[in-house]
Amino acid sequence: MKLEALQKKLLAAARADTPSDRVPLAFEKRVLAHLQQRPAIDPAALWARALWRAVIPCVAVSVILATVTFLPIGNSTAGAETPDLSQVFEQTLLASSAEQVQWEDYW
Amino acid sequence: MGATNEPLADAATAFAFERPTPSAIVPPMERTEAELIAAAVRGDTASFEPLIQKYSPRVFATARRYARLEREVEDIVQEVWIKAFQKLDSYRGEAPFEHWLMRLAVRTCYDFLRAHQRNREAAFSEISDEEDQWLERFAAAPEDASEQAVAAKQLVAKVLEQMTPAGRLIITLLEIEERSIKEIAELTGWSVPLVKVRAFRARAEMKKILARMTRDKYL
Repeated sequence: MKLEALQKKLLAAARADTPSDRVPLAFEKRVLAHLQQRPAIDPAALWARALWRAVIPCVAVSVILATVTFLPIGNSTAGAETPDLSQVFEQTLLASSAEQVQWEDYW
Repeated sequence: MGATNEPLADAATAFAFERPTPSAIVPPMERTEAELIAAAVRGDTASFEPLIQKYSPRVFATARRYARLEREVEDIVQEVWIKAFQKLDSYRGEAPFEHWLMRLAVRTCYDFLRAHQRNREAAFSEISDEEDQWLERFAAAPEDASEQAVAAKQLVAKVLEQMTPAGRLIITLLEIEERSIKEIAELTGWSVPLVKVRAFRARAEMKKILARMTRDKYL
């Protein structure tokens, strides 16, 4: 069977089959009723929904941070001082301001 | 319009003694489309009704190309109108409202196809006896198998049902509705090269489905 010819024939059949444009009775009333029923946007509800959605990621991040903070992680090299997480965190946060102070001294 | 908010008794009195001049009341059908749209943007849902009445036949005809069940068609069209009302402020009036609405309709139909992809593949896999006979007639003498036959129409519907959403959309717009590539790009929001690539793939996909359908008996 020639697939090319079959394809053309079937597409011609589809073209010949024009879909109906009949509209169900009082369809516009149904749409309008639906539009009027829609509640107005409530900012408080949106905020509450966003908070609920944020719960799981926040809990997950908290668990990961707690694990990292409290569990001793593998490579505790003998004799070497374990860096204090709080100090490292503080240095990282204040790094930009420390650089700024240095530049101000320079100028 | 303001009289509708008055108490019923007051409205009746006003109607009895102070009849408004004809120019004071403009029925929705007599207002221009731009006026209706402007009123609907301000939240007047009643002004939206004439637009729904005017353009629903066109939207229904479009939706019936993509959905089989009448319930699904109605849901699609309702979704189109709800989206249209919500996004009406983005309509700038540069192109006719019908063009803007049809873009929305085509994209909603595409979303519907994507959402119902799995159901359709499972529902349409077997060929009926009538379709089988039509294929036999076509295999024996292609010119004798009429494209007006119900079996041919059912067969092409089954082929389209098995296609990917993008493939089906392209074949419908390009081959069945005979639209240009540029028109399809505008309707779908895809670029012209993307439409061309998808059209090429869609034709190949359709041929592949036909080959699979006819492999056992005719090849």
